[in-house]
Amino acid sequence: MTIKRVGILGAGKVGIVLAGLALDAGYEVRISGSGSVKKIDLIIKTLVPGAIASENSEVVANSDIIILAIPLSRYKNIDAALLKDKLVIDATNYWWETDGIREEVLAPDSTSSEQVQAYFKDSTLVKAFNHMGYHNLQEETHPKGDPKRKALFVTGDDRTAVDQVAAFVDTMGFDQVIHYDIADGIMTEPGSPLFGASLNYKDLKRVIDHFDQTEFGQKVAASKIK
Amino acid sequence: MVDVNKLEFGIETFGDIIANEDGSLKSAAESIRQIIHEGEVADQYGIDVIGVGEHHRPDYSVSSPETVLAAIAAVTKNIKLATAVTVLSSDDPVRVYERFATLDGLSAGRAQIMLGRGSFTESFPLFGYDLIDYDDLFNEKLELYDLLRKEKPVTWSGKFRASLKDQEVYPKTEHGELETYIGIGGSPESIVRAARFGYKVILAIIGGQADRFKPYIDLYHEAAKELNMPEYPVAVHSHGFIADDEDEAIEVAFKNIKANFDRIGLTRGWAPMSREQFDNETKVGSFYVGDPETVAQRIARTIDLLDLGRFDLVYGAGNQTAAQRERMIELFATKVIPRVKEILLEKEAAK
Repeated sequence: MTIKRVGILGAGKVGIVLAGLALDAGYEVRISGSGSVKKIDLIIKTLVPGAIASENSEVVANSDIIILAIPLSRYKNIDAALLKDKLVIDATNYWWETDGIREEVLAPDSTSSEQVQAYFKDSTLVKAFNHMGYHNLQEETHPKGDPKRKALFVTGDDRTAVDQVAAFVDTMGFDQVIHYDIADGIMTEPGSPLFGASLNYKDLKRVIDHFDQTEFGQKVAASKIK
Repeated sequence: MVDVNKLEFGIETFGDIIANEDGSLKSAAESIRQIIHEGEVADQYGIDVIGVGEHHRPDYSVSSPETVLAAIAAVTKNIKLATAVTVLSSDDPVRVYERFATLDGLSAGRAQIMLGRGSFTESFPLFGYDLIDYDDLFNEKLELYDLLRKEKPVTWSGKFRASLKDQEVYPKTEHGELETYIGIGGSPESIVRAARFGYKVILAIIGGQADRFKPYIDLYHEAAKELNMPEYPVAVHSHGFIADDEDEAIEVAFKNIKANFDRIGLTRGWAPMSREQFDNETKVGSFYVGDPETVAQRIARTIDLLDLGRFDLVYGAGNQTAAQRERMIELFATKVIPRVKEILLEKEAAK
């Protein structure tokens, strides 16, 4: 499948930044907020002119790839059937300022993307765009081969989907470190030395490769989240 | 176009714990008393506003900013007395009004409220609120505050506090209205909300380039026009440190701002600040650090770029000494502010 149309669910800080990057990369972009089109129309027109403000269903129906850019605690507000058979990028994170107490949002025994994937059971989920701060995402895109280029971690259970998302990440302006296990998303969750960090391919890969040696990795191993 | 003669400059502190010269820490009580002294100094130098934050954590000394501002009011003449910010979501709007109306009376009209959702969350469980209501709490309380601010009998009901029926709230202010800003961290919805209420906007730019906020400022003005509400020049607040020597400024700032951000990051799960990130922030980002000339050039650029009406520098982050803090305030007032105005006037003349 060729990706030409990008749909973004969530018109907050992250959603807006990703819409801007997708427009710059030449994609047709649709974006929705939690409410009516009217509520986000002016925001989209002013901040990311060219993106099409729509409702969730319109965004999903007219896009080749969907990016979830909503507060993690709200993912169940989206009807799982709406995303059936779709390729979905999970850019969400548990973030206590907006999500509240972790135990109320996430089960303690698995990672956030596993739980989002379990809810959207008929969709193919790939975790990406979650660990770099939104202003770094906005400011640090570089063409392939540029020595200043940063890298993003891309992981999911479906190999084809992961490779597709990796290629998409490349067009958005970032290198990729790729894994084929959605549970490895824990490596970039809040608490990880990679969360909020903005690293090049080599540095990102080194931390991922030696994740079990990080303090967070040892904590994760001890708590058997994986 | 920036009106240089009307530009305002402020300093803001979150009430960080102050260090002694030997590196040991002063008590919270001593840190609070130092802020009163700094307010006095800032007023003598003609700085327009001092803002004091509200936090409920061991690393900050101020949980009750109006009390600190009241003490500053008593030793100052002109400086405006602001909060940075008042966490309205976990407060009672009636109490907020009463405290600020009192401060306004004490200071002959110098009280200024900055309302925000807060970027810390300790106040929610502390005062019995659920974080999950983060957005609803702010919306509802802002509606009530907006009614109270009109200083007429209020009839109101909502989810999070007892209803009011034809209720008068006292004291009334001398000017009939408390000056009110909404503090915003960059959520587009918050900007539209501020425009809808017709309040002034102060943007907290605490990471990344100021340039990326330009569309957000356009959004504020567009929204105000569309909603037929008043438009004000936007204010910005960012972190900074100024010293006589450029290298000294950078080293002190790196040590303190990094320590401050990393400590907060620990509780939120974000990675420690790297030297590369810090250097980026001071060169082109949102930390205004250096000698007076460097800082003046960078502030002038931001004011011009974003067409601002006010720039507040957050001072004292981390554990700085009283001498470092006071020297910074002095340099900001006597060197940086006049130089910023000079640069902007030159720019204007060149246009």
